[in-house]
Amino acid sequence: MKYQTQKLAYPYFIAAMGLFVAQVLGGLISGTIYVFPNFLSVVLPFNIIRMIHTNALIVWLLMGFFGAAYYLLPEETETEIYSPKLAWIQFWLFLFGAAAAVVGYLFHIHEGREFLEQPTWIKAAIVVVALMFLFNITMTMLRGKRTVIATILTMGLWGLALFFLFAFYDPANLSLDKLYWWYVVHLWVEGVWELILAAILGFLLIKMTGVDREVIEKWLYVIVGLALFSGILGTGHHYYWIGTPGYWQWLGSIFSAMEVFPFLAMVIFAFYIIRKSSRNHPNKAALLWVMGCTVLSFFGAGVWGFMHTLAPINYYTHGTQITAAHGHLAFFGAYVMINLAIITYAMPHLRGMQPYNQNLNMWSFWIMSSGMVFMTFILTIAGVLQVHLERVMGMNYMEVQDQLALFYWMRLGAGLVVVLAVLLFVYSIFSKGKEEQATIN
Amino acid sequence: MSEGLTKTAARNIFFGGTIFFFVIFVALTAQSHWYIVNKSTDAATLTDAVARGKKVWEKNACIDCHTILGEGAYFAPELGRVWIKFGGDEDPEAGREALQAWMDAMPTGIEGRRQMPQFNLTDQEYDDLAAFFAWVSTIDTQNWPPKPEE
Repeated sequence: MKYQTQKLAYPYFIAAMGLFVAQVLGGLISGTIYVFPNFLSVVLPFNIIRMIHTNALIVWLLMGFFGAAYYLLPEETETEIYSPKLAWIQFWLFLFGAAAAVVGYLFHIHEGREFLEQPTWIKAAIVVVALMFLFNITMTMLRGKRTVIATILTMGLWGLALFFLFAFYDPANLSLDKLYWWYVVHLWVEGVWELILAAILGFLLIKMTGVDREVIEKWLYVIVGLALFSGILGTGHHYYWIGTPGYWQWLGSIFSAMEVFPFLAMVIFAFYIIRKSSRNHPNKAALLWVMGCTVLSFFGAGVWGFMHTLAPINYYTHGTQITAAHGHLAFFGAYVMINLAIITYAMPHLRGMQPYNQNLNMWSFWIMSSGMVFMTFILTIAGVLQVHLERVMGMNYMEVQDQLALFYWMRLGAGLVVVLAVLLFVYSIFSKGKEEQATIN
Repeated sequence: MSEGLTKTAARNIFFGGTIFFFVIFVALTAQSHWYIVNKSTDAATLTDAVARGKKVWEKNACIDCHTILGEGAYFAPELGRVWIKFGGDEDPEAGREALQAWMDAMPTGIEGRRQMPQFNLTDQEYDDLAAFFAWVSTIDTQNWPPKPEE
């Protein structure tokens, strides 16, 4: 680690892992409620636990992005972070906001738009946190080298903060509400977050493969270009059935179908660069997460997204377990895995150690990925069955759900496997590796 | 990738293209906003009761179990047309009573059935929620959801 302030990433990564565990435990409880509907039904109803599951996910991914930015910006810009003190204040404020939100949810203190359930004062705190962060990284950028990776990362983070402002607009007209709600949700995950993802990916590839920066940067522009050219108008695939004009069925179908290309480009890019690699980097686990991230985001976000994005298909699949299947693998492949990649890469540096616990970490990779892929397959089958019985045959919603019981059992099993793999991952990055103890002795 | 593409060209295409598509998107959003207000939803019937009903919907985080116009959680039924299911389009009074009767009976506690919590709504809140569901059922959704029984 060349720069002192890269250490700022450490508390962010620790908090991210804590919330990651909370998120998957929330998922495990939700999955349990699907098969034992009376489980906790009074103390912890499904809507509350689902809120915790999704919000904890978003917050820990953001924690990870903030940490990643503090870790990689000094190396990219070749200067220390502008204000470490501000970064610490930002960290505690954000952690406090996240904890207050989760505890509040348990006491039924929340608002009620999906993913934006945080009370208004917490939303305002999030904006303050974002402003502190943006000020800090922008000042760092301005006094250092402006590399392409630093630029794209900063652009993505600015976009993230700007589009979040739409969270404050909640008109009485439900269709208008939905129109702008997607400015936060879609333009985050299928827009500016892809910039952050690509920047972190580019950074990791430069560090681990030693391939020329020029080559990587040109690719990066192509990837983020493909992401935004398809992703911005691709928002139209959410504008089919919510009271919006019919032309979105054409525009949304065409542009969102092309959202698969940036993910395909990322797979080709990563594998091409790794093959060209002249360096044999000791952190094999981090490289595995990088490769896995490109592959599973291609399948989860790209292929599984394409599967139900065309309007005539979406007419039947909209709002079924098909969406759940896609959502799970897309978030995991793209944003969870890139976070676990940078954390796996950065941890040895942050802790002043050689790469450690590589085998354990790689085991967690394979177990977690298998669990998520299995869960996605199961939910997809459940979704196809649901679509047919409910939307084609016209069966009643609850009757159809009863037919899906077997799949919900298998999904719970997959979820349990994922939770164990997450615990294994967390153990592997925080414990002292055997190899390490050997060298210390 | 083509060797002919330079980094500067790639950067210019990225920034130019992003601005181009974003401008189109904002223009179409403005048009869609106009379309929603004037064509697909009924501004005249969007009363204060409907607005309050939407707040009841949000306060109780209904969307974290149900979907509305297909968006939300997938744990409980879609409610975009629940007003019609309860017969409210033909007899609003009966629709409102059916809604209240249904929600008052929750949770059923029946073993093996998904449980809806008891939200203890006031009469006013039931009125408002009914107004909200009634209004939502009139949104032109391009014929979604599919209605195979008809």
